[in-house]
Amino acid sequence: MTLHRRTLLASSAAALAAPAIVRAQGDVPIRIGEINSYTAVPAFTLPYRSGWQLAVEHVNAAGGVLGRKIEVVSRDDAGRPPDAIRLAGELVNDQRVDLLAGTFLSNIGLAIGDFALQNKKLFVGGEPLTDALVWDKGNRYTYRLRPSTYMQAAMLVDDAAKLQAKRWVTVAPNYEYGQSAVKWFKLLLAQKQPGVEFVAEQWPALGKIDAGATVAALAEPKPDAILNVTFGADLTNFVRQGNTRGLFEGRGVVSILTGEPEYLDPLGDETPDGWIVTGYPVAGVTDPANKAFIDAYKAKFNELPKMGSVVGYALINSIVAGIKQTGSVATEKMADGFGGTSFATPIGTASWRALDHQSTLGTYVGKTALKDGKPTMVDWRYVDGASALPPDAEVKKMRPA
Amino acid sequence: MNTGFLLVQFLTGLASASSLFLVAAGLTVIFGVTRVVNFAHGSLYMLGAYLGWTILRALPRDPAWFACGVVLAGLATAAIGVLIERTLLRRIYKAPELLQLLATFGVVLVVQDLVLKLWGPDDLTLSRPPWLRSFVAIAGERIPSFDIVMIGIGPLVLLALWLLFTRTRWGTMVRAATQDREMVAALGVDQRLLFTTVFALGAGLAGIGGALALPDGSANGQMDLSVITDAFVVVVVGGLGSLPGAYLASLLIGLLQAFGIVLLPKITLVLVFVVMAVVLVLRPNGLLGRKLAAPRNEAATLTLIRPAVPALRWLGLAALLLAVLAPLVVGPFLLSVLTEMLIAMLFAASLHVMMGPGGMASFGHAAWFGLGAYGAAFAVKALALPMPAALAVAPVGAAVAALLFGGFVVRLSGVYLAMLTLAFAQIVWAVMFQSVSLTGGDNGVLGIWPDGWASDPRVFYWLTLAICVAGVMLLRRALYAPFGYALRATRDSPLRAEAIGLNAGGLRLAALVLAGAAAGLAGGLTAFSKGSVFPTYISIGRSVDALLMVLLGGMQSMAGPVVGALAYTGLFDVLLLVTDLWRLVLGLAIIALVLLFPQGIAGTTYVLWLRGREA
Repeated sequence: MTLHRRTLLASSAAALAAPAIVRAQGDVPIRIGEINSYTAVPAFTLPYRSGWQLAVEHVNAAGGVLGRKIEVVSRDDAGRPPDAIRLAGELVNDQRVDLLAGTFLSNIGLAIGDFALQNKKLFVGGEPLTDALVWDKGNRYTYRLRPSTYMQAAMLVDDAAKLQAKRWVTVAPNYEYGQSAVKWFKLLLAQKQPGVEFVAEQWPALGKIDAGATVAALAEPKPDAILNVTFGADLTNFVRQGNTRGLFEGRGVVSILTGEPEYLDPLGDETPDGWIVTGYPVAGVTDPANKAFIDAYKAKFNELPKMGSVVGYALINSIVAGIKQTGSVATEKMADGFGGTSFATPIGTASWRALDHQSTLGTYVGKTALKDGKPTMVDWRYVDGASALPPDAEVKKMRPA
Repeated sequence: MNTGFLLVQFLTGLASASSLFLVAAGLTVIFGVTRVVNFAHGSLYMLGAYLGWTILRALPRDPAWFACGVVLAGLATAAIGVLIERTLLRRIYKAPELLQLLATFGVVLVVQDLVLKLWGPDDLTLSRPPWLRSFVAIAGERIPSFDIVMIGIGPLVLLALWLLFTRTRWGTMVRAATQDREMVAALGVDQRLLFTTVFALGAGLAGIGGALALPDGSANGQMDLSVITDAFVVVVVGGLGSLPGAYLASLLIGLLQAFGIVLLPKITLVLVFVVMAVVLVLRPNGLLGRKLAAPRNEAATLTLIRPAVPALRWLGLAALLLAVLAPLVVGPFLLSVLTEMLIAMLFAASLHVMMGPGGMASFGHAAWFGLGAYGAAFAVKALALPMPAALAVAPVGAAVAALLFGGFVVRLSGVYLAMLTLAFAQIVWAVMFQSVSLTGGDNGVLGIWPDGWASDPRVFYWLTLAICVAGVMLLRRALYAPFGYALRATRDSPLRAEAIGLNAGGLRLAALVLAGAAAGLAGGLTAFSKGSVFPTYISIGRSVDALLMVLLGGMQSMAGPVVGALAYTGLFDVLLLVTDLWRLVLGLAIIALVLLFPQGIAGTTYVLWLRGREA
């Protein structure tokens, strides 16, 4: 419970340093306005909500931050960007929140990021993976926690190159996330392994994969390896058809996000063996930070945490650490002050980059396997997000001035 | 490509065709007899999958028990179908056409929340026993045995339905009712029983389809909406009410999909809609459909629409005055809700022009809204135009597109017309979605905020108020001008209208262009009010919103869409804020409103108001 003690110590230090502020605001909680697609994407966002609820409880039990409790005002955006923007307005103007946070879908993340720029309010995006959020559409007021599409691809490329496969095929959902993931993977793998060929690609519509036809079309050019970006219901259909039709036999498969419990668990006893994935090996991790988190989570919600739970928990920690470092919840101060702050998460310590407002939170890379009939990850390692980012000069070029 | 691959892809296409057919068959039978556009058919399919999951998990895993479980899931879904028909639809068969659609949409929302509560948020999968994992090797390629089973199930179900409809007394009555409902009733056939049994059959087929989706995938909360559009496309391409047509359309779409993704992998978003558009342009009643006989009781419900009575005008004026003064009183959030309501009002009013006096229901009205929004966004981003000029571009762009496309639409009628507009909207959506370099794809166009002088939300609200009220008044004016009366004439009696020299096609096209322009203007305002434009502005959900607002308000007069837009937007915005179960509450509210106000809120209120006076 080092995290709590540190928070407590820091908040008492802040109380000593700025007694006037504490007297003025001590009993008013810091309000975080949170927006997410609770009804549109419940499989990810409900565990996510449990995650941040647990974090809020922990932070407040440890005395809050700057001597104030924190409070989350949460809203469901129904998966629709215009509604998310209206709710952001409600949170900022009526609920008087100190900052905005959350979102799952990339387009909603970008919309709230742009709202943050327009209204000069801090926005800490939790889950959206789009690179644009901190790079070509990045702005001063927008931070993002999770490893982006680029980072996920970069983390997998080393292991992908080790497959020594020459002919690759790709399958990805037909929208920005799928397109970016394939683009970056192709680019980075070609750098690492010159002469690699991509011989076919499939772009099923999200949630509507015609799995049999897709699998057959991928097998037709007799590839050596496969990159998969599908997830959720599409992934289940794809894996089942692929298993029956023998698509994965004798072929390396690299698969983004597939190791996350929300996407791995539904595969059940059909979980393919040896796919190289990013994810969260929740049943296997034993380090103290993870253990403490998992135990507390299980005690409160009576189930194992998922990746969404980790994101929710880490999101609150990252915000609290940023506020603590800034020593204020004034937007302009936080917009600069978050940069360089390091924060603890269940899966590792990370920090906010001043350069592009991306966090260095990493994720686990490992292989899928069936253990006692249950899907799991083996041979996993934690990859620090900082190691999966392009050189600073390139990032600077991508961000608008 | 070797022949083995081609053969396997062909068989895979046949298997997908069977899955599609199972869902579409139920939908087309229900529509043929009851004329209900059953939006909840996808929900029944989803319930079939969830019930199938619960049932099959409890049964032994051999083929015979599997078949029993699937049939049980079908029966359970049929029972739910009967419940929906008896408690809800039965009460509103006499209501104006399409109101049943509104009711079934309420059911969709309710079922979504119930499924989440009962089965939880995770995708549910059944472990496949070995016989479901086995495959058949054909020319060196593998095809799942279950696909072979599915290939057989489609034609078998078609055959069984054919026998049922041609060899039984019940089937004969159903076919008679499909051709001429009123005549069958006049001959003394109990329609209520007929409708209930037909609905049970359709729901059961959807349930079986859902349960049969389990071996290949999962039961999940998105499957209702992902299947419903495809099912509608199949029904319309095949010809409404035609079972062989539905099978033929399933084959066409299944096979085109299987081979299309090999040649053009990115066509997945739009393929089915392109097929539908081509078929409807070439064959306005679908592949095997016949021109639907117009229901006879329709004309009787139509009354001559006269401009509002003075009392209503005073009410409108008072509401306008309140709206003008609102920013001085309400907070910023309420102001943003009011701004949304005003834009929704213009959007709904524009659809009303098509649907009400024009008699052209549209399932794709968001196309014009979205084109207006993108038009405004491009005007700002690419041409660097100021806001007023961009707001002028929005309706013009949408109107030009409506003019180009409208010629194909106005030749059609009824659900065919509605589905062609849907096809067009989906094609526009896919173009915006996939032209990433131009539109940013689904990440959208950002940073389209109002010019400095209008950046104060209150100023922007007044601007929106002025534009939307002026827009609605202009539309209303057009409907009470000779143009509007002529348009109604072409709707109520096309033959007589033609006889007195009215150009029906031209009038309908003009109405569509007018509606498109107004919807485009609403889209342009939304772009500036939200600061961004996304392909979701053109999505089916957006089109459905417009439809709901018009139906909720009532199609008799301009007051209908205005009241409907205010009620629906207000209800949605408030519910989203106050409860996690907003879908359940909104769905129940829609159902209650449909039952209480069968002519729409404004329509029924007006009738009640008249009753007190004309008696």
